[in-house]
Amino acid sequence: MAGLQLLSEYGLRVDGRRPNELRQIRCKMGVFSQPDGSAYLEQGNTKVLAAVYGPHEVRLNRSKTHHDRAYINCQFSMAVFSTSERKRRPRGDRKSQEMDMNLNQIFESAIRTELYPRSRIDIYLEVLQADGSNFSACVNAATLALIDAGIPLKDYVCSCTSTLAPSQGGAPPTPMVDVNHVEETLGGPGLNMSTLPRLDSVVHLELSGTRLHLSHIDPVAEKASTGAADIMAVLDKAVRGHVAQCLHARELSGQGADA
Amino acid sequence: MADILLSEAEKTFILHGVRDNVRNDGRSCSEFRPIELELGLVENANGSARVRLANTDVLVAVKCEIDNPPSNFPDEGKLDFFVDCSANATPQFEGKGGEQLAVELAALMSRAYQTRESFNLSTLSIIKGMKCWKLCIDVLILECGGSLIDAISMGTKAALADTKIPKVSVIGSDEGTLELELADEADGREEPLDWHHAPCLVTLNKLEDSLLVDASAEEEACCAAALIVGVSPNKKITTTSIPGHGSFLADSKIFARALNLAVDVGVKLNTALEAAIKKHQTLKPPPRGFLD
Repeated sequence: MAGLQLLSEYGLRVDGRRPNELRQIRCKMGVFSQPDGSAYLEQGNTKVLAAVYGPHEVRLNRSKTHHDRAYINCQFSMAVFSTSERKRRPRGDRKSQEMDMNLNQIFESAIRTELYPRSRIDIYLEVLQADGSNFSACVNAATLALIDAGIPLKDYVCSCTSTLAPSQGGAPPTPMVDVNHVEETLGGPGLNMSTLPRLDSVVHLELSGTRLHLSHIDPVAEKASTGAADIMAVLDKAVRGHVAQCLHARELSGQGADA
Repeated sequence: MADILLSEAEKTFILHGVRDNVRNDGRSCSEFRPIELELGLVENANGSARVRLANTDVLVAVKCEIDNPPSNFPDEGKLDFFVDCSANATPQFEGKGGEQLAVELAALMSRAYQTRESFNLSTLSIIKGMKCWKLCIDVLILECGGSLIDAISMGTKAALADTKIPKVSVIGSDEGTLELELADEADGREEPLDWHHAPCLVTLNKLEDSLLVDASAEEEACCAAALIVGVSPNKKITTTSIPGHGSFLADSKIFARALNLAVDVGVKLNTALEAAIKKHQTLKPPPRGFLD
């Protein structure tokens, strides 16, 4: 695409960020009263809502229970108005089903499922506006919603997508963190990594887009991993702020910290 | 729409209160709960609105597409309603669980807007018989707490008020296919729709001899029947529907009373909604969305 470069000659990306800068993350926990836990997260212009129901009894499908741990069920859905071209089906197509499976896998590793045998935890994600790194934003929002629901996790699950800007004028290609929609569609690889930052473990890794040379994998993966750790700092601050607010509200209403 | 389990004592309590025109939260039988409205939340859409009515949360977005007009009305455009029940509202809406409700709601909204008096479809025509605008009105239900169709109709009217249609002109025709051009920024790029006659739907629930407007989930669990009426600002009824499996006694005049009450409440609701929309459009507050 003529004229549109991922990285300008001054080292700035299409939205004015540096290669190692995340987009602005704003979030709120406890957005809805009906679900057990809910959260709203914005990563730049990508806006995601997460709702968690559970742990609760499995009623309809007895086959979907484990005798020794909880059954995790995730659903990824995009609102029909979330993309600039109107989407026909919010969910149920192949890509969404694949996302569902990936989310299941991630949260089965992160949630302490052994504490809730024969129960079920439902995680529902709704993308209100899609501007790149949709999957990562969903994982981050789901983490907040799970914390809001009081479900024990091994660690925060933070997710980040990184890419590689092609080399310009002899300089080596630059890895960039937290891609937006333009960077995703312009071609180039997209490495999506979900980690448990404090435990230093990777729970999910997915490479899409064009191929990535072996020598470039390490820098790109490291960018994603650092990005995820930075996101964890933001989420942690949000959670602590929310808990402090709840405690304050309880004290004001007289439910008291004396007990 | 979680199942509410009420004891007989609770039901009796609600019933006695309603007989004295006092409900559990202190409202009278014809009062709505506080409604929050916000316009312009969805950037990718031509117009959008979010309505919060107690526990019900609905996001409505309007997107414009160029399409061929229907063959029996060549000088009109199209309105297409799509409702999506998100699983965020209740786990029963997972996968295809909410599809039946979604289809019913979309059909009801289509009927409410069917009359040319509610919405003049000829304003959407670009070239008679060949090209027209199709407004895709997409409703996303985020939380279900009662009075769902009321919230959806208010959201739709507000979203239409927020919608700006790009101005289109024909610049040439190339072997039978027309080339359309969207107007420049300088020429006044977009024009608003005529949304003032759009209807608001009001749900009335019947409890013995009383009629309740905007029933809470507990009140709905006590009520025998419900009536949904679409009311436009000039006191006309655009559609009626009896949802679920209740019925109204034909000769007790309660049906006539219900229609009259619905028109009264509907007109007041339309007026209040217009005022709120105008206030929002003049003040232009910064978008808050879900962050507050």
